[in-house]
Amino acid sequence: MTDKQISSGNSVKGFLGKMVSNQLFIPLAALLLLVLFNLVADPTFFKIALEPSSTGNLILSGNIITIIDNASELAILAIGMTLVTSASGGQDISVGSAIAIAGSVVLRIVKGQPADISSLSFYGMLFGAFLLCVAVSAAFGAFNGALVAYFKIQPMVATLILFTAGRSIAAWINNNDNISINDTRFGYFGNFIPGIPVPTPVFITIICLVVIALVLKFTNLRLYSQAVGINASSSRLNGINPKSIKLLSFIILGICVAVCGFIKVSRTSSITYSVIANNIEMDAILAVALGGNNLGGGKFNLTASVIGAYVIQFLTTTLFKFKVSSSAISAYKAVVVILLIIMSAPIVRKWFADRRNRRLAAKAESATGKEVA
Amino acid sequence: MKDGAVLEMRGICKYFPGVRALEKVDFTLREGEIHALMGENGAGKSTLIKVLTGVYPKDGGEVWLKGSDKPIHIKSPQDAQNTGIATVYQEITLCPNLTVAENMYIGRTKGPLTNWSSINRKAGKLLDDLGIPVAATEQLGNCSIAVQQMVAIARAVDMDCKVLILDEPTSSLDEQEVQKLFNLMRDLKSKGVGIIFVTHFLEQVYEVCDRITVLRDGKLVGEYVIEDLPRVQLVSKMLGKDFDDMADIKSDADTANIDLNETPVYQAINLTGTTGIKPFDFEIHRGEVNGFTGLLGSGRSESVRAIFGADRVVGGEVKIDGRTVKIRKPLDAMKNGISYLPEDRKLDGIVGDLSVRDNIILALQVMKGFFKPFTKAQAEAFADEYIKLLNIKTASQDTPIKSLSGGNQQKVILARWLLADPIYLILDEPTRGIDVGTKVEIQKLVLKLAAEGKSVTFISSEIDEMIRTCSRLIVMRDGKVVGELKGDDLTQNKIMATIAGGESK
Repeated sequence: MTDKQISSGNSVKGFLGKMVSNQLFIPLAALLLLVLFNLVADPTFFKIALEPSSTGNLILSGNIITIIDNASELAILAIGMTLVTSASGGQDISVGSAIAIAGSVVLRIVKGQPADISSLSFYGMLFGAFLLCVAVSAAFGAFNGALVAYFKIQPMVATLILFTAGRSIAAWINNNDNISINDTRFGYFGNFIPGIPVPTPVFITIICLVVIALVLKFTNLRLYSQAVGINASSSRLNGINPKSIKLLSFIILGICVAVCGFIKVSRTSSITYSVIANNIEMDAILAVALGGNNLGGGKFNLTASVIGAYVIQFLTTTLFKFKVSSSAISAYKAVVVILLIIMSAPIVRKWFADRRNRRLAAKAESATGKEVA
Repeated sequence: MKDGAVLEMRGICKYFPGVRALEKVDFTLREGEIHALMGENGAGKSTLIKVLTGVYPKDGGEVWLKGSDKPIHIKSPQDAQNTGIATVYQEITLCPNLTVAENMYIGRTKGPLTNWSSINRKAGKLLDDLGIPVAATEQLGNCSIAVQQMVAIARAVDMDCKVLILDEPTSSLDEQEVQKLFNLMRDLKSKGVGIIFVTHFLEQVYEVCDRITVLRDGKLVGEYVIEDLPRVQLVSKMLGKDFDDMADIKSDADTANIDLNETPVYQAINLTGTTGIKPFDFEIHRGEVNGFTGLLGSGRSESVRAIFGADRVVGGEVKIDGRTVKIRKPLDAMKNGISYLPEDRKLDGIVGDLSVRDNIILALQVMKGFFKPFTKAQAEAFADEYIKLLNIKTASQDTPIKSLSGGNQQKVILARWLLADPIYLILDEPTRGIDVGTKVEIQKLVLKLAAEGKSVTFISSEIDEMIRTCSRLIVMRDGKVVGELKGDDLTQNKIMATIAGGESK
């Protein structure tokens, strides 16, 4: 009896079952559920309007746009966090603090510029600021990565150092000054570019996703980090250097952090060292878990993590929309999240899959029984 | 239930998607007998054991245990233990950082307070009774694997088990340790415990067992009293065909075409590792199969690991085809055409969650480079080719390797290293823990590779396997090369004598 014969008996059910045990199912189902809930509760939730903003641009506005816009940083972080989780079997809890550093670095460069600077040199300077911020964030990522890969410290403990120190370092970079950039051009990257109705962070996210998709397609990053996460000793004997791969994953996360930091400070043209990207590390880890990825490392599904990021933002916005007070929002979120996490846990998905297999096997048995009779 | 039976399994069925792992299998264990459960990989031995111990729920059939008037349902391993079915697995499942006594009684003390001195006394007495040579207060991690295994058995015995399952307990033990284990088994047998013994070693079956149950393809072949079933017949029953005599293998090998005056394919001079072996010289020629032998811990694995660069090498010179090369890490060795199949398949070989396909292409992919991934079509073609070539039994290329049977996992690892197209292949214990059929296949493959002009270093704990495949044996003792045997010297006695010392060379 082959697999095909068994499944052909009831292909619709088989397809459904296969879908349920697919890793993308839970985050997608959660997204769908949130959409349905909002549709029923208040269809105007989905209203998208094209209207002039305070600066006179025509822009898209509406809850959906807010969600897609605000989830950008989380989606970008989810990319790096998934890779770190896969290769090192742990999570980086310092990304919020690291974003503060990245943002502070950008502002340090931008704040010194004269207001009447020409567009060309302004964007050139901004690009330089961005590159410096990438370099600094990648260096901090490498610091975390080195602690994990070479000193074999658990990722959560290793990144606790930067988690604690990061915001102080961010403040120190700018002498703890309150900085606010008056040049409106600086705000284009976190808000809208004049003439374009879609928020800029959405484009930045798309660029990041395309880049990582290309990296995964044209390098062996996926195979290497999965192999290292599953069995480092065996990977080493196959010629992979597990230490470099772990280090690399932290550096990639560092670059993601740099992009997020840039978007964050551009959104407000200012920085509050103790508040910027507060608790974002928890949401980023949550996105990875929601995507059904094993937090112990190994196999990963990046798409699932990114969808997880949007689910989290969708949930937050929905709760705000329904006037849940901001102090109570975490508690509501926790309830939903715990359900989602349990549903997407590998062990639960396996249980669903096993159940399906048992049913199929039983069906096969009864079918052959009939044949014999 | 049958007379004297302590356990009876009737018509056990177990299905996995697309596979009937067990089909109406009967199994009877009598009081005070050692019963071997034999079969090839995938025959259903492990599945039967797992059904019996509650790891898998059964899909049909009944399990009867002595003393109960209706079939019992075993829902979990804990449940099995409570009903008197104890299992000792191949891998030690105790805690190495606790003492022997603590390991024996952990999870079984009542109340918050524990009188450790009385427990140490009790444990000590039990260990004495069973003749296990260890103090109750010794830390388990300091004991040899054999003693650890015996402690696991002692724990089982003390929990009043009626049925003791030993799943490949001897695969990491040396000859002496095996004897100690067998003495313990015989002792338990005389106390009325029924023992199910799962092993791949035929000699051991004939040494201690009373009865044999043979499974093949998930079905019962039969139950036999040991005296009625000669070895050759047992093997033919397991394979389901007339046994292709292993002794004939050697004739395939054409040792004549090895030219010892030619520059060696691989040559090491004074190779110095950091893992406790003395510096050694070694060379291998085109088309040659040689081997390292010695007791466990003699340094045979450490030697080949040094050759492959798996452990740090601190000195010596290495030449490939006469050129001096540096081999500092596995990738250097791989790029110089050396492949290495490690001793510990689970720890160093397989990448468990990855698919069979990814496991096959891994080494070649790494050699090709980080920025040059194979296309999916290429990878599929490679996997397809080697799954066919080595006859790997897997549901699909996408199946995670960890769900394959041990022998098939080993074939996947072999496929990985064959795909890397080495000129020199090192196989460390490629046949450990796998069934007879696959063992023969692997030995034949080794000789075929040699005939094609590749060089192979073969390590095995089973000396007859080495004699059949190798034309030269390097004998090691205590981290030192103590002899080299070839030609007419390659006999069991001569090898044993060299290993033991006294009459070296």
